[in-house]
Amino acid sequence: MSRQDVQDWIGKEVAGSDVVLFMKGTKTMPQCGFSMQVAQILNHLGVDFKDINVLEDMAVRDGVKAYSNWPTIPQLYIKGEFIGGCDIVREMFQAGELQELLTEKGIAHNARTLTA
Amino acid sequence: MAMAADDIERLIKARFPDARVEIQDLAGDGDHYAATVVSEAFRGKSRVEQHKMVYEALEGQMGGALHALALRTAAP
Repeated sequence: MSRQDVQDWIGKEVAGSDVVLFMKGTKTMPQCGFSMQVAQILNHLGVDFKDINVLEDMAVRDGVKAYSNWPTIPQLYIKGEFIGGCDIVREMFQAGELQELLTEKGIAHNARTLTA
Repeated sequence: MAMAADDIERLIKARFPDARVEIQDLAGDGDHYAATVVSEAFRGKSRVEQHKMVYEALEGQMGGALHALALRTAAP
């Protein structure tokens, strides 16, 4: 795929599912602690999300950084909008803002707050 | 590749002269840091915008020489 094709593909992916997480590894087998934290938060909230393993494709790994102008993985997208990486998602979860955002966007999740 | 905490602080302060910067070397290996940056420049900005401003200050080192920088930003 050309650089533009990768950008188009990423655009379709983030538009195609309500919640998309670009991560290292998969939701069942994360390969990086930061990716794992975000996957755990989403699982904890019972959010159905699509995981895209950037380790499988260097073009996607570089492409998603260009797409969001964000230098690191993981990257969380909700309804096509870039929400943040691990620090921001964790901060939002702890403040209850992530749950508010999911409610606002009409995405099913449970109302749990703090991790066990 | 790694980066010294002093270099990180210098780059951030160069961009945000008013900033209060605290940097912690989490693993003692010069590669995993946590930074808190408090600057008036962040007021009214979203978290993503605030973090992008810090990444810009780091001149592309983030995700390169700097593997892990847990970031917390705020306005005073």
